[in-house]
Amino acid sequence: MAIALEPALKPLTTYKNERPDPFCPGCGHTFILNHLDAALTKLQLDPRQVVLVTDIGCVGLSDQYFVTNAFHGLHGRSVAYATGIKLANPDLKVIVMMGDGGLGIGGTHILNAARRNIGITVLVFNNFNFGMTGGEHSVTTPMGMITASTRAGNLENPLDICATVAVNGAGYVYRGTSFDRDLPDRIAEAIAYEGFALLDIWELCTAYFVVNNDFGRKELMATLETIGMQAGLIQKREVREYARGLRAQGAQVFGQPTLPLRPIEPLFPARLDRKFHLIIAGSAGAKVRSAAQATGYAGVLSGLWVTQADDYPTTVKSGHSVSELIFSPEEIRYTGISKPDALVLLSEDGLGKVRHHLAAMTPEDVLVTTPEFADVPTRARKLILNPQVGSVRITRTNRSLIVTAAALRHLDLFPIAALSEAVRRFQPRFADENLPVIEASAALLPDR
Amino acid sequence: MPREYVDGATAVARGALRAGCTFFAGYPISPATPILLHMLRELPKVGGVGIQAEDEIAAISMCIGAAMTGARAMTATSGPGISLYSENLGLAIMGEVPLVIVDVMRMGPATGGATTIAQGDVQFVRWGTSGGYPIIALAPSSVPECYTLVQRAFDLAERFRSPVFLLPDKELIMSMSTVDIAEYVDVPVGQRPLVPPVPAGNGAQNGRINAVTGRPDPRLRPEETYLPYDFDPIDAVPPTSPFGGPHITRFTGSSHDEHGFLTKDPVKVGRLNEHLRAKIENHRHELEFGLLNRAAATGVLFVGYGTTARAMREAGDRARKAGLPVSDLTLHTLWPVPERLILEATAGQRRVVIGELNHGQYALELERVLYRHAAQNGLKPPEIVSIQRVDGNLITPEQFLAEIGNF
Ligand SMILES: Cc1ncc(C[n+]2csc(CCOP(=O)(O)OP(=O)(O)O)c2C)c(N)n1
Ligand code: SF4
Ligand SMILES: [Mg+2]
Repeated sequence: MAIALEPALKPLTTYKNERPDPFCPGCGHTFILNHLDAALTKLQLDPRQVVLVTDIGCVGLSDQYFVTNAFHGLHGRSVAYATGIKLANPDLKVIVMMGDGGLGIGGTHILNAARRNIGITVLVFNNFNFGMTGGEHSVTTPMGMITASTRAGNLENPLDICATVAVNGAGYVYRGTSFDRDLPDRIAEAIAYEGFALLDIWELCTAYFVVNNDFGRKELMATLETIGMQAGLIQKREVREYARGLRAQGAQVFGQPTLPLRPIEPLFPARLDRKFHLIIAGSAGAKVRSAAQATGYAGVLSGLWVTQADDYPTTVKSGHSVSELIFSPEEIRYTGISKPDALVLLSEDGLGKVRHHLAAMTPEDVLVTTPEFADVPTRARKLILNPQVGSVRITRTNRSLIVTAAALRHLDLFPIAALSEAVRRFQPRFADENLPVIEASAALLPDR
Repeated sequence: MPREYVDGATAVARGALRAGCTFFAGYPISPATPILLHMLRELPKVGGVGIQAEDEIAAISMCIGAAMTGARAMTATSGPGISLYSENLGLAIMGEVPLVIVDVMRMGPATGGATTIAQGDVQFVRWGTSGGYPIIALAPSSVPECYTLVQRAFDLAERFRSPVFLLPDKELIMSMSTVDIAEYVDVPVGQRPLVPPVPAGNGAQNGRINAVTGRPDPRLRPEETYLPYDFDPIDAVPPTSPFGGPHITRFTGSSHDEHGFLTKDPVKVGRLNEHLRAKIENHRHELEFGLLNRAAATGVLFVGYGTTARAMREAGDRARKAGLPVSDLTLHTLWPVPERLILEATAGQRRVVIGELNHGQYALELERVLYRHAAQNGLKPPEIVSIQRVDGNLITPEQFLAEIGNF
């Protein structure tokens, strides 16, 4: 959304406000916030065009110490909020500040943001434990380390998030520490970078990790040497940024009409003076729904009110497919069917779903089916049709339509021409194939 | 009159676009997937953005982020997805985010029946997040109502800066039906209160003029040109400014003061939490939508919502044609409970019959409203009959008719 900005601000000498940082003495978070401030000051971005998105934990407090926009969300979801912000306004600079705790619980969002290469900057404040909740282990706690929840030493392998995002689409990947002198430059470079940038910044939690492991700057640097993870600038490559890529794709259809109304004027006289319930029961993958939909449109083309509910298993090409249609000269409210007036039975799969209907039907109702189901138990009048007698070759998919069309000829709810018109207008891709089938359906009926 | 043959998913998507929706994020799930696919296809045509998120948590998170840039955002899911929305529903309430959430109800609990109708999420959406704060929920009972009520949902979401649920069900969204085109009713869609732009610069450079009032405001910090969570009176919706707009904006899901800074000050926290309740509850009379068909005489009132209201209205018509004193009430607002509408419709009735595809979730609300009203006014409350069905079949008109009793 483009909003005309008022004249630019005067240059800023700092992007931090005057509130004092809240962290424990020596906490790495303080250092990283200062590095971020230096990076922002170097870039001189309009603070109204910057959104700092924070996660939860001690690091989650961080957005409150800057003069930019701020978004403080839920634990682990910061990258997903940032994604939404960037998608909606690709001009914004969106910077995420999250801990190693957030990295664990929100892992999928980071993987997917990296895969998309969405243009956000993710600063991982990695102090190897959950500071805020009392120093429990996280996904980055090195092996053997003592935390509140790994008193006997951590047995879990630490996550190398840089390696993970680097092989999964991230454009810019860096690993360093809060002690790095060039960190402001690296952060500035990452913010300036168009695509997805992740910086894994190792630092000290003086309240817990330092105390539990006698772990200071020296030990942190030693761990970085020995842990077997790459450090420094790990990846920087030009890949298309996702938010702009999506916009560019969208621009190709911009201005096209959205879901225009498709009004239908009645063309054919309906012959129905009451609510009529029709069930078509067959197998999934046999175009039952398509035949039912053409039937529904034919009803509407004949000035009737129609409803159609389809039932099929989630495995859409196997099992049953049952369509329930209701036709009425008046508006239809209740859309259930306790007993159909007519049932078109096409297959064994369908039969399994409609036995209770067959049992409820009376001699006033009609069952239209093929010879193999001639003996199904029901009190309904039976009309047994042989689809093979028509002039078209019968396949698994046109069988549903030819039997349904013959049934509609017999039921005479509306002229059969309405069905052909429905196919012509609403299923044009299949018209060449289906119109001859509707024609041929006449031959299935006994002479009247 | 020209007609259409169309499903509810199309109507929801059309209504959302008509309401100015510019952002959609969702994750595929029956029976809400058709809405996702429509929005992904259609939004670029109006310059909007749609995305299939990595999961439902991401979907609602993205919507919240987008909404704070000024976008009108919508997401759609079903019971399992609403379960994953829970924590972020709280964030949307706390941060005061305009957001439309479509819950196409299917059978639960858990995976339940992916393509089986139910109405089991009614209390879930009301109490779906920690803290117990109010939301707004609307239930369409026809395809044209899907179109109209989703617009109303956007209007309320914007004006109240609140998540608003649209609660259709599988039957409405996935079934085709004839629609009289004249029944597609548009409603005006309002706008969240926005802070006007300021002349130039930040607060300090501006002499700390509060852009909302146009007057100097000693509460403003140097960088501020307005206070993002400043509401007065307590039930007023605070004006906001989009990220990328003319002001610095702070958003938070933690207990906060008027600046959007975390606070534990009991006075501020108490006032904030009272505000979140009052901004909806004090305005409940603006949120009472429904349709009452009255019989000439009082006797029995049928109550229903969603697809069940269709059987209910048919039963009501049939009863009135037979000369019985049966009225029927379709509830379009479920939350907050439209108490005035319910009391007006139930006045003088001997019996109230409600049907739902759950174990009587809204019957509980009728009991609460009617018993309390009767107790407070020394009246005899009507008898409340709860028709319940959880087998995947619809409640029939005959089930309503069977509960009329003797007249
Ligand atoms: C869903 C959820 N689960 C748990 C918590 C409790 N919690 C608060 S902070 C935190 C861990 C934060 O650790 P990290 O992200 O490393 O931040 P740090 O405190 O170390 O800066 C947890 C688990 C929460 N807020 N939300
Ligand atoms: S608990 Fe750890 S992470 Fe939190 S402020 Fe203190 S030192 Fe920093
Ligand atoms: Mg941590």
